[in-house]
Amino acid sequence: MGEPLIELRNITFAYPGASCPVFQDFSFKLLPGHHLGLIGPNGCGKTTLLHLIMGLLRPQSGSIHIFGVEVKKERDFLQVRQKVGLLFQNPDDQLFCPTVLEDVAFGPLNQGKSPKEAVTIARETMARLGLNDFEDRITYKLSEGEKKLVALATVLAMQPQLLLLDEPTTALDEATRHRLIHILQGLDIAYMIVSHERDFLNHTVRTCCHVHKNCCMVE
Amino acid sequence: MTVICEPFSEGTSLVHRLDPRGKIMVAALFAVMMAVAQTYAATLAGLALAILCLTLARLSLSKVACRLLGVNSFIFFLWLLLPLTYPGEAIWRWGPLEFTRQGLTYTGLITLKSNAIIIALIALIATVPVVTLGQALSRLWFPNKLCHLLLFTYRYIYVLAEEYHRLVQAMKIRGFRPGTNLHTYRSYAYLAAMLLVRSYDRAERVFQAMLCRGFHGTFYSLRVFSWQRRDKIFLAVSLLALTALILLESLKPALVRGPHG
Repeated sequence: MGEPLIELRNITFAYPGASCPVFQDFSFKLLPGHHLGLIGPNGCGKTTLLHLIMGLLRPQSGSIHIFGVEVKKERDFLQVRQKVGLLFQNPDDQLFCPTVLEDVAFGPLNQGKSPKEAVTIARETMARLGLNDFEDRITYKLSEGEKKLVALATVLAMQPQLLLLDEPTTALDEATRHRLIHILQGLDIAYMIVSHERDFLNHTVRTCCHVHKNCCMVE
Repeated sequence: MTVICEPFSEGTSLVHRLDPRGKIMVAALFAVMMAVAQTYAATLAGLALAILCLTLARLSLSKVACRLLGVNSFIFFLWLLLPLTYPGEAIWRWGPLEFTRQGLTYTGLITLKSNAIIIALIALIATVPVVTLGQALSRLWFPNKLCHLLLFTYRYIYVLAEEYHRLVQAMKIRGFRPGTNLHTYRSYAYLAAMLLVRSYDRAERVFQAMLCRGFHGTFYSLRVFSWQRRDKIFLAVSLLALTALILLESLKPALVRGPHG
């Protein structure tokens, strides 16, 4: 099976000012090639888990290993973010460039690609997601579903080895939802989806986990 | 939902097709020239040039008139105050009030100058979409931080406006009717505070999303501008016209001097 892509060991995390921690002695593993669904009631820590993996939040204790390497400091997480993509719940948080092409090229440019390469990658990614004519569209004038797909393109353009999706189906219509399912089924990387939609998860992941305070329980 | 419309930025006229960098430079030079002009000759010539640009841009005249009305409503107050307060030879008295010739001439000059500048800005700057404007400014060695501030503001003003409308609707749905009472003031204060908090949160999340995509403090721009022949001609003609304005200004003695002039 190889070593786990992500391994969280004995994590304790509480939001500042919160009376009880979100995670206490929490352990979690994601193996290569796995497609995992994360479920659980609101506020059980699904999004927090994703943010811990990306280094947007830091645990009070415990250790995080990603691709077999322990990550602790901001500098370690810079490496993580080159290989792990996170799709935010709200695409308006993710799309900040004026035009779609620039937004999709933002990640590759940060990875040190030349503008020409970045544009090529951006165009290829958009073509893969069926967004060919979107290049010069203005990001805030897109519909909610289009924003979501473009946001996914911005993440995939970085050619991540692991994809984390935070409630990707919120505010999506039936057609866009199907499109998203189709896209995810065609991906050859490991991914983790936080969702409340059983039907969507049934189509996209093999295993579902309940997020608890100290572990993820496989159903 | 469109909150800010840019009615002038869409079009195919000659002015629309010019390189935004050239237009920005010419508009800036022109605005400075007009602001320091002291003679009617130079001001009128400037106004004529501005109107020429406006004609070339082929914009909707009613919309332009609307914008000018907004600016001139401010200038209207100058007409109420300046002729009365500017020292000089009185030409008309009404009780204790005195209208001075110099005051009237000066106010007239200000009116012409402001209109010339606004018309030139409408013709040259408003014909550039804000997004392109930001990119062009950064190409003109304008501080990158300011350019991105402009672009970010423009990007998220929509989101904030949407949030604002949602909150207002939520208030209306629950029967809120603004009046002159404490409840209204308090509700509006909550609304403003909520918007502030939400935009702060939003900024935080946008920054996090940028970090997740490997952002490390540098912005890259993909936009490439290139000077065309028409841009060179436009720049040359504009520089000539501006030089002519300077000559005109220096040949004619100033009609009116400012208080310190």
